[in-house]
Amino acid sequence: MHSGVFHTSYEADMGLRPMPAQRVRLALFVAAVLIFPFFASNYGLNLANQVAIATVGAIGLNILTGYTGQISLGQGAFMAVGAYSAGLLTLRLGLPWGVSIGLACVITAAVGVFFGLPSLRLKGLYLAIATLAAQVIVEWIITHWTALTGGTEALVIPAPELMGERLNTDFRFYWVGVTAAAGTALFAANLFRSRVGRAFVAIRDQDIAASAMGVNVFHYKLLAFATSSFFVGLSGALLAYYRTIVTWERFTLETSILYLAMIIVGGLGTIVGSFLGAVFLTLLPVLIGSAGQALQDAAPGVAGLVPHIQQAAFGLVIIVFLIFEPRGLAKIWRNVKDYFHVWPFAYRR
Amino acid sequence: MSIRAPEAARIEIDDVSLRFGGVTALDGVTLELASGSLHALIGPNGAGKTSLLNCISGLYRPSGGSITYSIEGGGERRIDRLPPHRIARLGIARTFQNIELFKHMTTLDNLMLGRHMHMRGGVLDGGLYWGRQQREEVSERRSVEEVIDFLELQAVRGDLVGNLSYGQQKLVELGRALAIEPNFLLLDEPMAGMNVEEKESLARFVLDVYEEWNITPVVIDHDMDVVMEICDRVSVLDFGRVIAVGSPDEVRADPDVIDAYLGEEAHV
Ligand SMILES: Nc1ncnc2c1ncn2[C@@H]1O[C@H](COP(=O)(O)OP(=O)(O)OP(=O)(O)O)[C@@H](O)[C@H]1O
Ligand SMILES: [Mg+2]
Repeated sequence: MHSGVFHTSYEADMGLRPMPAQRVRLALFVAAVLIFPFFASNYGLNLANQVAIATVGAIGLNILTGYTGQISLGQGAFMAVGAYSAGLLTLRLGLPWGVSIGLACVITAAVGVFFGLPSLRLKGLYLAIATLAAQVIVEWIITHWTALTGGTEALVIPAPELMGERLNTDFRFYWVGVTAAAGTALFAANLFRSRVGRAFVAIRDQDIAASAMGVNVFHYKLLAFATSSFFVGLSGALLAYYRTIVTWERFTLETSILYLAMIIVGGLGTIVGSFLGAVFLTLLPVLIGSAGQALQDAAPGVAGLVPHIQQAAFGLVIIVFLIFEPRGLAKIWRNVKDYFHVWPFAYRR
Repeated sequence: MSIRAPEAARIEIDDVSLRFGGVTALDGVTLELASGSLHALIGPNGAGKTSLLNCISGLYRPSGGSITYSIEGGGERRIDRLPPHRIARLGIARTFQNIELFKHMTTLDNLMLGRHMHMRGGVLDGGLYWGRQQREEVSERRSVEEVIDFLELQAVRGDLVGNLSYGQQKLVELGRALAIEPNFLLLDEPMAGMNVEEKESLARFVLDVYEEWNITPVVIDHDMDVVMEICDRVSVLDFGRVIAVGSPDEVRADPDVIDAYLGEEAHV
């Protein structure tokens, strides 16, 4: 049996994936992601794209809520800002989609900072209510500022183009979605092994001690709002270009709660958890739906109940995780890895 | 030691008062803490020691009076209106009476957080983790490893501090404050809750910090015995007032101090 892996330089010890087993797992995962679209059905690709976009949004929310400890109920609003900014910049100003998305992220970051200002004074539940204001205000602006947003009418935007190809199929969009999700995950993983990310976590764990150690707490809280909202805006903007239709109904309080569920079920303050939560909550209603369909002949009454079961399951899952595994799927994943601790690769941790 | 030599500095507390509603925690405290002595601040329970420390480090704002900080050859400035992070950056580090660590971070990360103010990297540097950022993280890691070696924390370097024993947590808190490379190190009851052996080694660390690193410790304790052995300048608080200042022997012989401590025993 191996006694473990030891590093002889700080650079190696401080690497993102310092253990051989971690590298092997990552390589396998990357290979699977690259091969998947060539074998998946359109429906499978459609789900994968939803997962990719949700992963970006969940990591964004996790940066703020899981890592920095600032609860936000404004996720839907921030995604809406990203989606509408990206759509309108292209529709009204004719900007290329890449530029629109980039600007949309920056705009959402700024809006996030604005709605993060109450975090100077408010914590926990009170802050959650303040971010709920963001949700209400943004929804109101979108549905009432008809001249700019089209109000309750849907905004139809052209499918993005890349090197002369319209990215209007699930297969083509897959590459955009996966690149964005991987980029976001890598960025966040790096962030939380360096100075700013440590300051975020310190504020979550003990904000008074953080300030006494020289961290400007208010500054870093706003920075967390900005960084988080940047990626939440990215996820909204991607959704806009994926659907090519933007409507406010996609970005209600329900969306905010769905994303909170993702990071709770997946694991607060972990990147793997953001991904697992996005997978789980994207697939859950799908699985329940197909189960209902399978039962249609045997029990015709069940099919009609499916939407209700989907709603109930959603709530049930959150409660079950909060009670039985508050550290989420990421913790379960960790337990699985620990179980295989000695085989086929030994590693510490 | 790659950690820089601290500067000679002075904290002047002038007529500081602090009230919480009807409670007067500090009542016209005037005290000087200067480099070149190992300070102790003692007093019975509720005397106002923690309150005074909180005023110095900016967590409480005095109701009256002033606190001035000066660095030799660097001019002086009022610090009683500054936020805590600015005071930390001036070179005043502290620990807490009830351990206030970042529980879900490792020992290493807790200490690295102490290096926060000495580092530059922003969000973009962190997220991209390019050359400059990596070099900064590695070089700061080196400084932190010196503190880890000094406090003999190697074995728990990668552990989440929430899982460490009480004594180890106290040490990590000391390490986090040392990583700041402060001029002053304010320790709020660093030995409380420790066994005799742990107390002794902690006293040793405090002496080393003072003698070898030239950092000026201010040790708060309500129990006279241990601090009296290592400190050379003792200030005594009672009911929010300074009742004695002097060498351990002078203070021990002071009738007011004897009264204060006898009074405490009488209450107990
Ligand atoms: N945040 C606060 N709110 C209200 N009263 C406070 C607060 N902090 C301290 N006090 C009061 O101020 C007085 C001094 O308390 P302080 O904690 O400074 O004493 P101490 O000398 O540190 O005591 P101990 O040895 O028990 O730690 C006490 O009467 C205490 O109740
Ligand atoms: Mg105290």
